[in-house]
Amino acid sequence: MQYFIQQLINGLTLGSIYGLIAIGYTMVYGIIGMINFAHGDIFMIGAFTALIVFLILSAIFYSVPVVVALLIMMVVAMIMTSLYNWTIEKVAYRPLRGSFRLAPLITAIGMSIALSNFVQVTQGPRNKPIPPLVTDVYNVYGISISLKQIVIAVVTIVLLTLFWYLVNKTSLGRAQRACEQDRKMAALLGVDVDRTISITFIMGASLAAVAGTLFLMYYGVVAFSDGFVPGVKAFTAAVLGGIGSIPGAVLGGLLIGLIESLWSAYFSIDYKDVAAFSILAIVLIFLPSGLLGRPEVEKV
Amino acid sequence: MAGTNLQTPILQVDHLSMKFGGLVAIGDLSFTAPRGEITALIGPNGAGKTTVFNCITGFYKPTEGMITMTRASGEKFLLERMPDFQITAKAKVARTFQNIRLFSGMTVLENLLVAQHNALMRASGFTVLGLLGLGGYKDASRASIEKAVYWLEKADLMDRADDPAGDLSYGAQRRLEIARAMCTGPELLCLDEPAAGLNPKESLALNELLLGIRRDSGTSILLIEHDMAVVMEISDHVVVLEYGRKISDGSPASVRSDPKVIAAYLGVDDEEVGDVLVEVGDTSVIEELDGVAPVAQGPAETSSMFEGPIADTVEEAGGETIVPASPAASKAAQVEAETAAKSPVEPKGPAQ
Amino acid sequence: MTAISDNTARSTSSPYGEAIRQALYAALLSAGLFFFFIGLESTQDISNRLILRSHWGVLATVVALVAIGRFLFIAFVLPAVDRRRANRGPIAVVAEKDQSFLRRHRFKIMIALLVLYPVIIVSTVGMQGSLKWVNNFGVQVLIYVMLAWGLNIVVGLAGLLDLGYVAFYAVGAYAYALLGTHFGLSFWILLPAAGIMAAFWGVLLGFPVLRLRGDYLAIVTLAFGEIIRLVLINWRDVTKGSAGISGIPKITFFGWFDFNVSSPNYIGKVFDIPTSGAYYTIFLYYLILALALLTAFVTIRLRRLPVGRAWEALREDEIACRSLGINTTNTKLTAFAIGAMFGGFAGAFFAARQGFINPESFVFLQSAIILAIVVLGGMGSLSGIAIAALVMIGGMEILREMQFLKLVFGQNFTPELYRMLLFGIAMVVVMVWKPRGFVGSREPTAYLKEARAVSSTFTKEGHG
Repeated sequence: MQYFIQQLINGLTLGSIYGLIAIGYTMVYGIIGMINFAHGDIFMIGAFTALIVFLILSAIFYSVPVVVALLIMMVVAMIMTSLYNWTIEKVAYRPLRGSFRLAPLITAIGMSIALSNFVQVTQGPRNKPIPPLVTDVYNVYGISISLKQIVIAVVTIVLLTLFWYLVNKTSLGRAQRACEQDRKMAALLGVDVDRTISITFIMGASLAAVAGTLFLMYYGVVAFSDGFVPGVKAFTAAVLGGIGSIPGAVLGGLLIGLIESLWSAYFSIDYKDVAAFSILAIVLIFLPSGLLGRPEVEKV
Repeated sequence: MAGTNLQTPILQVDHLSMKFGGLVAIGDLSFTAPRGEITALIGPNGAGKTTVFNCITGFYKPTEGMITMTRASGEKFLLERMPDFQITAKAKVARTFQNIRLFSGMTVLENLLVAQHNALMRASGFTVLGLLGLGGYKDASRASIEKAVYWLEKADLMDRADDPAGDLSYGAQRRLEIARAMCTGPELLCLDEPAAGLNPKESLALNELLLGIRRDSGTSILLIEHDMAVVMEISDHVVVLEYGRKISDGSPASVRSDPKVIAAYLGVDDEEVGDVLVEVGDTSVIEELDGVAPVAQGPAETSSMFEGPIADTVEEAGGETIVPASPAASKAAQVEAETAAKSPVEPKGPAQ
Repeated sequence: MTAISDNTARSTSSPYGEAIRQALYAALLSAGLFFFFIGLESTQDISNRLILRSHWGVLATVVALVAIGRFLFIAFVLPAVDRRRANRGPIAVVAEKDQSFLRRHRFKIMIALLVLYPVIIVSTVGMQGSLKWVNNFGVQVLIYVMLAWGLNIVVGLAGLLDLGYVAFYAVGAYAYALLGTHFGLSFWILLPAAGIMAAFWGVLLGFPVLRLRGDYLAIVTLAFGEIIRLVLINWRDVTKGSAGISGIPKITFFGWFDFNVSSPNYIGKVFDIPTSGAYYTIFLYYLILALALLTAFVTIRLRRLPVGRAWEALREDEIACRSLGINTTNTKLTAFAIGAMFGGFAGAFFAARQGFINPESFVFLQSAIILAIVVLGGMGSLSGIAIAALVMIGGMEILREMQFLKLVFGQNFTPELYRMLLFGIAMVVVMVWKPRGFVGSREPTAYLKEARAVSSTFTKEGHG
């Protein structure tokens, strides 16, 4: 039982990171109906920025309080990823908006390839380890919970609350939802569609940056290729939860995290990804729009 | 037409019900379509006409009821039990769509060849023989082009045969869709608002096409129409729906003077029913009353990438599913269900 | 990179003022983007600790280049494009009428060139020098041409977005590798077997995903591709995992002669010619050319058969297909199966050519590249896809040869490092430049009077 709860906690931690990335996929999909394949690499850019900021901080100051360091890393990473995602949207997606469904998918894949190779070229192909930032581990009834996990949980919850507020209670969120429903009509009613879409990309990127920073903190290592696997997992999570649905993305992320950690704990670590993908396929076969997605009504 | 069993109606709908969740789109509907005749299905918006069509052609599975198609050979098919493509392939029911569904990137001729898929498939030995250049595929292919040419002439589209279907004018697209449906060799042709958006001249050409189909090929026709001029002129038999129930059934003349029909069309308790009766024939009046926006020109908009699983689609389906008791309430519910961002002005008319 | 889009307020002031403004923006933006990634580099020092190294000079150069590029683009390229567009006007619609000899016979000429290619290469750079050109360019490009033509059936014709096509390539490769090494069966028996096996997998994977549409289909096909790769990595008893399978037998010429120097039937001995590794490469070239042409032939044939028309109709409008009595399930499955079959053929060929395979060759990136070639070429267009494969894959290979760049960027410059970076950027640029691909129009499969290409404005890309 303790073992199970332990795995549950590990899974939820991992799932929170997936969930944060998945929101970026789902929001972009919701608003312009495209899979932003480069989003996983935006996450990687976030983790890398956090790494470099950490290195700068440790080079300049003898010691910085961990909380302050993490906060600075997170904020700078958010700014950087936002800048990247904003530029990508403007350069690679906006010219193709509304033309042809597969074209932006291909530019997104192209951007993903370009980004990860850009980082490989400029930062080198090797893994980049950093010394552990947070090391405390608490023992509660025989279950060990690390402070890292608590930080991840707290940050995720705070961000999701903030985010929920932003999407549901502000005029920005209203504009986003309006664009999601009918872009032409939203434009006619005075919503600045371009700006709203840009902001959506920035919001998605910021969450990915946070996920990237947390990822760096949790694993203590990052490499140029680290965008792909979490990216695909988060995308899987977004689809599993029902792409376009923000609560779905979080739910999907947590589920994928749980499946992975429980499968590795009880069955085989080699096949954890196979398990995650298989469950996605099975869920979609029975619920073709994911868990919380709105069923697509076939218009005849 | 074989004419062996003229007395059996070609299509018999018995106690058909269709519920979407708790909403009753069609409630206990029964009617028949006589063989070799043109039957019109009319009714105000949201009456469930398209839903009836979708049940007949297998796109929806009805909640209850029986739909019997009797072919000229006497063979009977229970349509509610068949998958959609078999209804066309075996039961020989073909249909058109309210929002024209052509293969816009294929030429007019190709559209008509796709419609002959099943026959050509057999002739090509299910691809294998055709791929090797064996068997009678060449002859079958030639015959299929001849058949296509026959319908191209009927639909007055010979000049446009090699043009992409998406390039045709609206009226021509409507005619092509009918020609394409006819290429499947149907015994019952279901037309969903064939005259919508046509100008008077095109409308006239359509009437001729439909009467020609009935006369020359003996195909029975079931059509949904808002244009009363078309309905009154070409149909032999009219069924009127309101809120998923049949309120009148008979010859065009009898339906026309049925007070229930007038009430349904003009709203309740109008003293001047008699006066407005004349106007019933006027399309614009009816459209005004129904709040129907004329269908946008061309089908190009129908399948963009933004369509997706967004509420737009759900809402359109919801448009057909008004609760019988209080349509106003359901409208309100729709609006409420929409997010606050949704404009009060709906971009498209409801699906009916 | 930033030199695209944003053409607002272009006509207001003088083009140069606007261009300078835009160039400054671009410089600022690129400085922001590259500050952390080019300006600073994280490297490990002697004690394996991460330290930062700064490259402000490189950063400044890149930023300056971006600014200059943006300036030139706004000041000269855009006006030129606008002028051309204005000059062309409505005349452009006519054109293409005159069917010159070259145009009419362009396919025959292309095929003739492809057949003569090794001869030309061998006669210009000699037997030994030809190896590289025939192998890296010829065989490599043709493999991708074949794969893209195979995927084209699924994506381009049937409109089903498949992100896991590489799985079928893997099935074909492993089918040949395993059966060839364990049972010593000949390539000519295993080639069809690999195709059939891949087709079988195509149907198997196709079945559950039939109900899915659009992006849901995309992610599930991606997942299947990954599952197959992960199984190949982890099912070590059979596949030897990441270590891969080596010693895959070479192809023989129908048993008449082969390409093993030690074998009694070695081509050199049979024909009494000097030993050379180029024979096998040239043989492989003709083999993949034949396989690719077979794919093209079958695709062209199928398009004129009801099943091919049904695929395209499915791409245009699935509901209309069903209303015409077409069994869309079977139609989709045949598309999956036939597309997969060609992937399987290509896979078997790949295994035979490499002599060694491991799961690394079948990563998602490969699926993405193949899909990109299909879309960049113009969905459904065989010639467009061939051009795209040549440009993208050939371009990537040619980068290896760009040794002269070392003179420009210094001895440490390795062009290979930039291959994938440039590949990714090229994908974006080409797509933005030509959203419908190189050849966007569609050839009709039947006509009454004359076959006129259907403009890409009418064709649809399918919903999944």
